[in-house]
Amino acid sequence: MSTHNYHLAARIMHWSMALLILSMLFAGLAMVQSLEPWHLTFLQLHKSFGVVALLAVIARVVVRLRFTPPPLPSSVPVLQQKIAKFSHMLLYLAMFAMPLSGYLMQSAAGRPVVVFDLFALPQILPQNLALYGFLREFHGWVAWAFIALILVHIGAALHHGLIKRDGVLQQMLGSKPKD
Amino acid sequence: MKRPDQFPLAVRYGLIAVIVGGLALLFLAVASGFGQRVVTAQEFVNFQEGGNPHQGFRRAHAKGFCIAGEFIASNHVGAYTTAAVFNQRSTPFTGRISTGGGNPTAPDLASSVRSLALSFNPGTRDAWHTAMNTPPVMPVRTPEDFYAFAQVFAPDPETGQQNPERIGAFLAAHPETQAVREWQASYTPTGSFATETYNSINAFYLVDNERNKRAIRWSAKPSARAVAGSVIELTDDPNALRNEFMARLEHGPIVFDMIFTFANDSDDETDPTVLWGDDREQRLAGIIMVHRATPEADGNCDAINFDPLILPRGMAPTDDKILRARSAAYAESYRRRARENLMNARGEGSQ
Ligand code: HEM
Ligand code: HEM
Ligand code: HEM
Repeated sequence: MSTHNYHLAARIMHWSMALLILSMLFAGLAMVQSLEPWHLTFLQLHKSFGVVALLAVIARVVVRLRFTPPPLPSSVPVLQQKIAKFSHMLLYLAMFAMPLSGYLMQSAAGRPVVVFDLFALPQILPQNLALYGFLREFHGWVAWAFIALILVHIGAALHHGLIKRDGVLQQMLGSKPKD
Repeated sequence: MKRPDQFPLAVRYGLIAVIVGGLALLFLAVASGFGQRVVTAQEFVNFQEGGNPHQGFRRAHAKGFCIAGEFIASNHVGAYTTAAVFNQRSTPFTGRISTGGGNPTAPDLASSVRSLALSFNPGTRDAWHTAMNTPPVMPVRTPEDFYAFAQVFAPDPETGQQNPERIGAFLAAHPETQAVREWQASYTPTGSFATETYNSINAFYLVDNERNKRAIRWSAKPSARAVAGSVIELTDDPNALRNEFMARLEHGPIVFDMIFTFANDSDDETDPTVLWGDDREQRLAGIIMVHRATPEADGNCDAINFDPLILPRGMAPTDDKILRARSAAYAESYRRRARENLMNARGEGSQ
């Protein structure tokens, strides 16, 4: 066991969820505009995979609490380490806020959330127009905040990997050698 | 081959800029319609609401009132669909009766389209929404053509008049408008919402427990017992039809027969412009009993988006392009009025 890389489970969760969330963001932005026949299919997949994302982030918190992440190298200033921690917290918040607001918004609209045609989640809010209005806008705002956060996050990761070359990117890629 | 982190410093910075900047641009492009076809849901709803939207109201069929009642299934269609609504004795519904157009204060009698919308089992897998209109067919087959159609018929902003030349040119280029024009020529509005026939227009599939599909359209037809004409005299009150409907309800529930029309082998269920005549197989699916009606402001139908693609188990959408386009447009209208409702900006016209 080395503490140099993120645990395999953490890495798998990180990269698969990164792919899932980026797809969800693009698909969400495209589908709300489209009058094409694929709109319905996208909407159903969006809701189903959104529920998968909610379950995945719950599992990810468990993984995160179970396996301590590797420390940042001591070359990273303390303040920057704090900012990094804080930004990861925000990413987690967004990973919860997106699917939760999606589910709640559908509840407030009285629209069913059917997961892969298998089962429906219960409606947990009363049908209410203003409540839907809030949750629908919230889903949109958080999406854009999330996008901004992800861009900064990727920029920072690449900065570590390509400019500083301090092993932080490798910790998540799983390619950091032992000292 | 060199690893990227061995590239010259300037190239490494460039790489970061290209990746992060490229991704940012891609998000902005997709959000602003890159890759979308001619008309988006937003453009459609922008056109429907015009330059001066009625805040808090539906961007189409803005004027209406809430109804509630129950659907009583007939036993004649349960073999074709597993949908709960058609297999249990009775299912309550919330609904809405409306007139076409985006103005919530327009006089009832000024509109050429009357509508009936129903919502069953909200929030469950058996949820079913339907929004029906008086015409039996659509003028055109695609949302692009429908957008062009609506624009051609809109009055010229300068003269306030329709432009007969543009209309003529459009109709000549779109022979599929024939069926709706024939219907229009033969149709006279009745004196009551209770004596109109409301049509699904688009076709849907019934799905049985062996997953066999049958294409159908449905209509809500006034019950034979419904008194023709108006039960009270229609005044020039803008709510004349609503008042008449409520007066009728005092004498008992208002009843419609829900009739399924099954497609022939030669019918194209994805084409909403062709009339399915009475020689098709028809079955009584059940009866719609309206027990109550309430003005919209006091009712609970305002929170409902009657998106016709909310279908229960046992029903499925066809690939009709008009039908498929409705969901995103309704969602955009719903989003706008919900946001305005949240900000308490429901404008003049609420009553
Ligand atoms: C990781 C999770 C999710 C992400 C990243 C995501 C992202 C998005 C984005 C970017 C949009 C377009 C927003 C806009 O243009 O304002 C959207 C729309 C939508 N999302 Fe999500 N979403 C997620 C989960 C969910 C879930 C779990 C549901 C429901 C169960 C859901 C339901 C919807 C619906 C119904 C819309 C369209 C609303 C409309 O047509 O007005 N989303 N989503
Ligand atoms: C939707 C996209 C993404 C999300 C939501 C996300 C989220 C996170 C979170 C929450 C962490 C903290 C560690 C954990 O608990 O797992 C993390 C770490 C990390 N991510 Fe991402 N990530 C995304 C995309 C990316 C991409 C595309 C890259 C690479 C270019 C990347 C590189 C990293 C690196 C290197 C770390 C480790 C940072 C450290 O050790 O402090 N991430 N990510
Ligand atoms: C591409 C074609 C269509 C578009 C873009 C469209 C658009 C809309 C929009 C934006 C609304 C307001 C939704 C809301 O805010 O909740 C609406 C309502 C409605 N539409 Fe359509 N529509 C189309 C076709 C049809 C067809 C074919 C029918 C009839 C079968 C129909 C019947 C209705 C009815 C009855 C309502 C009012 C429902 C209620 O009481 O809320 N529409 N439509």
